Amino acid sequence: MSEQDVAISIRNLEKSFTKADGTEIRVLQGVTFDILRGETMIIMGGSGCGKSTLLNCLIGEYTVTGGEVLYKTKKMETPRDLARMSEAELNDLRMSFGILFQSGALFNSMTVADNVALPLIEHSYVDPSIIDIVVTLKLQQVKMLAHRDKMPSQLSGGQKKRAGLARATALDPETLFYDEPSAGLDPVTSAAIDELMMDLSKKLHVTTIVVTHEMDSAFRIADRMVMLEKGKVLRIGKREDFEAIRDADPHELTSADDRLIHQFLNGESSGPLTDAEGMTEFEKLIRAES
Amino acid sequence: MSESPGPSSGRIRSSIESVGAFAYERKDQLGAGVRYIGGMAYMLGDTFAWAYRGLFKSDIKFGWPSLVVQMVRVGVKSIGIVCIVQVFIGVILALQLAPTLQTYGQLERVADVVGIAVVRELGPLLTAIVLSGFAGASIAAEVGAMVESEEVKALRAHALNPIRFLVVPRFLATTVMIIVLTVIADYIGVFGGFLTSVYILDVPPQLYITLTQAALKTGDFITGLVKAGVFGAVIALIACYEGFHVTGGPAGVGNATTSTVVKSIVALIGIDALFTAVFYTLGI
Repeated sequence: MSEQDVAISIRNLEKSFTKADGTEIRVLQGVTFDILRGETMIIMGGSGCGKSTLLNCLIGEYTVTGGEVLYKTKKMETPRDLARMSEAELNDLRMSFGILFQSGALFNSMTVADNVALPLIEHSYVDPSIIDIVVTLKLQQVKMLAHRDKMPSQLSGGQKKRAGLARATALDPETLFYDEPSAGLDPVTSAAIDELMMDLSKKLHVTTIVVTHEMDSAFRIADRMVMLEKGKVLRIGKREDFEAIRDADPHELTSADDRLIHQFLNGESSGPLTDAEGMTEFEKLIRAES
Repeated sequence: MSESPGPSSGRIRSSIESVGAFAYERKDQLGAGVRYIGGMAYMLGDTFAWAYRGLFKSDIKFGWPSLVVQMVRVGVKSIGIVCIVQVFIGVILALQLAPTLQTYGQLERVADVVGIAVVRELGPLLTAIVLSGFAGASIAAEVGAMVESEEVKALRAHALNPIRFLVVPRFLATTVMIIVLTVIADYIGVFGGFLTSVYILDVPPQLYITLTQAALKTGDFITGLVKAGVFGAVIALIACYEGFHVTGGPAGVGNATTSTVVKSIVALIGIDALFTAVFYTLGI
């Protein structure tokens, strides 16, 4: 892997939260991996493994406790650590990526078209007629042109995600982040969103990072996958490597990690991830907290 | 030769220890209070900075449409309720004062007292209290819902500052519109007193108007309007701050609205007391 292929380099990333009683929870511990330019990387793992926290660290929403998130973009040819960027530099970086949030996160007081237009209006000084053309193109790309004048409250879950995706691509990003893109969608709509993601990835030549625990969707779109467990990287590899573990006979898997990955990928209730009652570590933690 | 500590130094030491122990026991609440006030001060500074850049610098666009929307929502839609409250206040004041003033044969002086009480005190304060429930709660709920639905996160992700987009228009709209509403409230409150005095207490209408005009000075209006502006700023800041700190889904949004109303009312009355003391000292 040559140095110029790396879009985002995550080095020994640590993230802790302090609870109200003063105790510290280490959510991410020494997470290290690279995301290559133009690839689709899936970040997966069970509930509470730290994947959403990792996404929030990658987009600059959380301040990391330790380690580095190094970005290399067209504007920043030398990799720069997110934590060392000024607010202005961070905003410049944010303009180079788009994010599709779990709920779509459309601005409810604006129409679909206005949602897509907002980043263009704010970050460019082009004529409104040009912005209108770009909005039309972006909405066509996600098959939402017919809904351009609707308010978000008039849209279905899938339509909200499509509109969110149009907004995320408004500034022609280099990197696209997806937070649980299939969550709350029926299988057909989920498959349609997956196709859209692959289509955009190809057409826009973007680096795609997807946080999900929907395995059908993950295997459909992934180039590479990373699995987190208890805030650490359990395994990183190509989609085919994970497919091999998923399809293997569990009795033939010699490594404890492989057996754990096998259980997760197949969604089995018994295995190394769960106790005798079928509860995961996260469920036990939630029960203890309540 | 050093003197041995007497009983009074023992009492001082024990008092200091008691204060220390009191503060130590409540260190978490004190810390939370300091964080709250610090957070509000930071938000206020940020709001002024973004408002200044938007209004006086050309590097960012100022959201005039958003400001107008908020002014209509906070101000125009509150006119009815502010008028109803103030007319009743005028009526109540006149009827409550009448028996005492009549004892001294000064019934017509209802005009002076209603005028000064409404313009200096009850106009701005009650308008602010109505707005804290009407607009403050609604701002907190709206911003809180935006936090919960990841809209605020989406703003940041698109390199758009939430203070600039959400706080500045609400802050300016509330501050400006509460001043306008207070002017309306002043007239309506005095009008309530006028109606009661003329039709119930049989004070001649021309005399009521003359006495009100003689009693009220420009300074009375100005002090009331200055207070109103500060009240508006405080309501908007508390509402936005509570909204931004919503956690725990719909229940958290509900808590934020309740908290906004309670904290706003306590803050308004506290600030009003401070203003009154300052104006009294300055002789305004």
